[in-house]
Amino acid sequence: MKDFADLFTALDQSTKTSVKVAALAAYFDTAAESDKLWTIALFSGRRPKRAVTTTKLREWAAQEAGLPLWLFEESYPIVGDLAETIALILPKSSTSSDYGLTHWINALRDLSDVDEPVRKLGITSAWAELDTGQRFLFNKLLTGGFRIGVSQKLMTRALAQASGKPEAELAHRLMGNWTPDSTNWHDLIEAEDASADASRPYPFYLAYGLEDAPDTLGASSDWCAEWKWDGIRGQLIIRDGQHFTWSRGEELMTDRFPELARAPDFIPDGTVLDGEILAWRNGPLPFNALQKRIGRKTVPKKLLTEAPVILYAYDLLEWGGVDVRETPFQERRKSLAQLCETLPQDAPVRLSPQLQFTDWAELAGQRAQARDAKAEGVMLKRAASPYLAGRKKGDWWKWKLDTLTIDAVMIYAQQGHGRRANLFTDFTFAVWNGNDLVPFTKAYSGLTDQEFREITAWVRKNTQQRFGPVRQVTPEHVFEFAFEGIQESPRHKSGVALRFPRMSRWRKDKPLQEANTLDDLNEMLRTYG
Amino acid sequence: MANPVLTFRPEGIYCPAGDFYIDPWRHVDRALITHAHADHARSGMGHYMCTDIAAPVMRHRLGEISIDTITYGQTRTIGGATVSFHPAGHVPGSAQIRVEVAGEIWVVSGDYKLEDDGLSTAFEPVTCHHFITESTFGLPVFRWQPQRDVARELNAWWQSCAAQGKTAMLGAYSLGKAQRLMTMLGDHGPILTHGAVEGTNAVLRAQGIALPDTVQVTQDINIKEYPGALVIAPPSALNATWARKFGPRETGFASGWMALRGIRRRRAGDRGFVVSDHADWSGLLRAITETDAENIYVTHGYTEIFARYLAENGWQAQIVQTEFGEAEDTEEAA
Repeated sequence: MKDFADLFTALDQSTKTSVKVAALAAYFDTAAESDKLWTIALFSGRRPKRAVTTTKLREWAAQEAGLPLWLFEESYPIVGDLAETIALILPKSSTSSDYGLTHWINALRDLSDVDEPVRKLGITSAWAELDTGQRFLFNKLLTGGFRIGVSQKLMTRALAQASGKPEAELAHRLMGNWTPDSTNWHDLIEAEDASADASRPYPFYLAYGLEDAPDTLGASSDWCAEWKWDGIRGQLIIRDGQHFTWSRGEELMTDRFPELARAPDFIPDGTVLDGEILAWRNGPLPFNALQKRIGRKTVPKKLLTEAPVILYAYDLLEWGGVDVRETPFQERRKSLAQLCETLPQDAPVRLSPQLQFTDWAELAGQRAQARDAKAEGVMLKRAASPYLAGRKKGDWWKWKLDTLTIDAVMIYAQQGHGRRANLFTDFTFAVWNGNDLVPFTKAYSGLTDQEFREITAWVRKNTQQRFGPVRQVTPEHVFEFAFEGIQESPRHKSGVALRFPRMSRWRKDKPLQEANTLDDLNEMLRTYG
Repeated sequence: MANPVLTFRPEGIYCPAGDFYIDPWRHVDRALITHAHADHARSGMGHYMCTDIAAPVMRHRLGEISIDTITYGQTRTIGGATVSFHPAGHVPGSAQIRVEVAGEIWVVSGDYKLEDDGLSTAFEPVTCHHFITESTFGLPVFRWQPQRDVARELNAWWQSCAAQGKTAMLGAYSLGKAQRLMTMLGDHGPILTHGAVEGTNAVLRAQGIALPDTVQVTQDINIKEYPGALVIAPPSALNATWARKFGPRETGFASGWMALRGIRRRRAGDRGFVVSDHADWSGLLRAITETDAENIYVTHGYTEIFARYLAENGWQAQIVQTEFGEAEDTEEAA
């Protein structure tokens, strides 16, 4: 734990990316193999199963500290982090453990299947052995959500430095269903055959919003266009006679969309499709219909009939078992179209059509009709472009309709009044500014009553601090905001004010780190303000 | 209690038997002052009384004022009250003020810490019946490390900055904390100071308090002439244009609040050092226990929580609203 605690200290003490990357790279050079694997796992959102409830942790910590539980509970919101509160409140330990990260992870994994007294003893004796910094990390492992200001991207960059492998390749290797138990450093990072795992997806290529007129992109003949759908971005993998469905949040969603189970009947092995998962009945259904499906791991029959899904395919990443991402988009589309022609009418995979246009003006005219096509706007893809990894400017653009949207993180919540009393309905949202979240707008509307109930239950459990009636909540949930205008405002901390902001969508599919930034907001201000 | 020795008035803590106030926040004729920090020693009082050690800094900060000085442990009769000042260990010259009337003893502790910092006269418990305590860090999450351990961290940081060709910039309150940090520093290079810090240094040196050598930063200072330097300045100066003249640099803040990761990150410095001139949780409890007092008045800090804990553990505890801990930036001073 000492190596890992030192790494954490180095990461936590710096606000500079270059320093963090260097610290991680140095760690990858020297740490024990299993510790490295676990470090990668933790920083890519994989974590050991929760072995103990936070209620028990609070009780035990208070007992070990010889303090009443209420005093612990009063201290927690002031500190703002459960793992830290426990680490600080326990008597200082005189020892510091030399065991590695893996040892402690195994120790706590062993605790999930034992009787409570044994579990309690395991945890309290770990607390006694670890120093305050190590204790904090151990508690972070216990309480889940290992968020300590290191993004997967940053970690991947450091891994590239340490291993000499390209960042994009590593991003691909780190995707999928592996755990530190199922792989080793060689297979995960170094082995020549990186496709050993049939379920492993490719990193998604993400488009930027187009903010200038499209003629800034050059000749329209260099570009392809298609509708931008309002569904869930998904990757469908057909390998070894099986299928796997991934969300762009790197979540395996195969079981949530059983409709796609028929895909291997028509699509040959060694095929990977990129497309939009849409609720579909003679055309795309509104996003709300799909939303009901997102949270469910198993889908009741009724919902399957009400909101059946398809994959509306728009790109081909693997074909005949070969990674074709370097092939120009136009060529990939051609192969994709040929494949889709062979599919039966009722197949759960369809080809998202391309828009034909002779110049930008004609396309602009079609874009204006996007709502009629049940689309959000138009996607522009450079005909000659490869399929890149991550969000890269240049080859793919979202040319959305004019309602402005931004993805923001909920940071404060307050109960409503009257009809909404006892529900948390008034929220403050923030965008990223470096590692900080800067509040920029409040919103009260846009969610359904069911969603308000759901978020209320969540707020109660995730309050970090109270300021009178206002609760600071754990930054975790991302919401999309629709608004009609944006203006400069010296009254707001962020410097901008939105016109008619409303929560247009609860982005449960969106990782926290991918919420928009203050720079994005300022860019919008320059363009639309 | 028919005639309490001390009462809480809108002007401040008042002694009817002696007709004086302790650390008042409104203008009064006679003020006994625990220490020279701005929230305890305010301007505009008719007459001040403080320790002989605190007096020079009081004059430095408040200008031409009428001060009656007293040494630690010396007793003075004011009207029907007997008063004496006892070391509080907070900053040089800081005192707990003991007031006795007809055999009943009250102590106003001002701000205090129990660890001997080597600069201030070390805290001494004073037996009393009624004890007025601060609670700035009155939560069990605050537990300080020994000063020598923090000193080791501080010096390691300084040396690492120097090795990278960076100036180490340390933000600390200009009276007390800044000088305490100086005494914690080893001989690793030149110590440069902001004018606000050096002003206090000069006053303390003049009264015979030993401090390491320092160089005041001037408008036209050339940092290249001071390789491996550490700069001590009020925290507000570190984010200002003032800090730019020091070239490549790292910033550290020294305060008890640095114990909390959230605050450390909000300050956005490179390093946070947990150094406080206030008592931590166990320090507060030990101080209170050692007074033998049964009646505890909890002032500035986590008053509700701390008073509730005391009440559950057998003390007569109550919360008193004061205006301490409000002046300047208390987050930095602590």
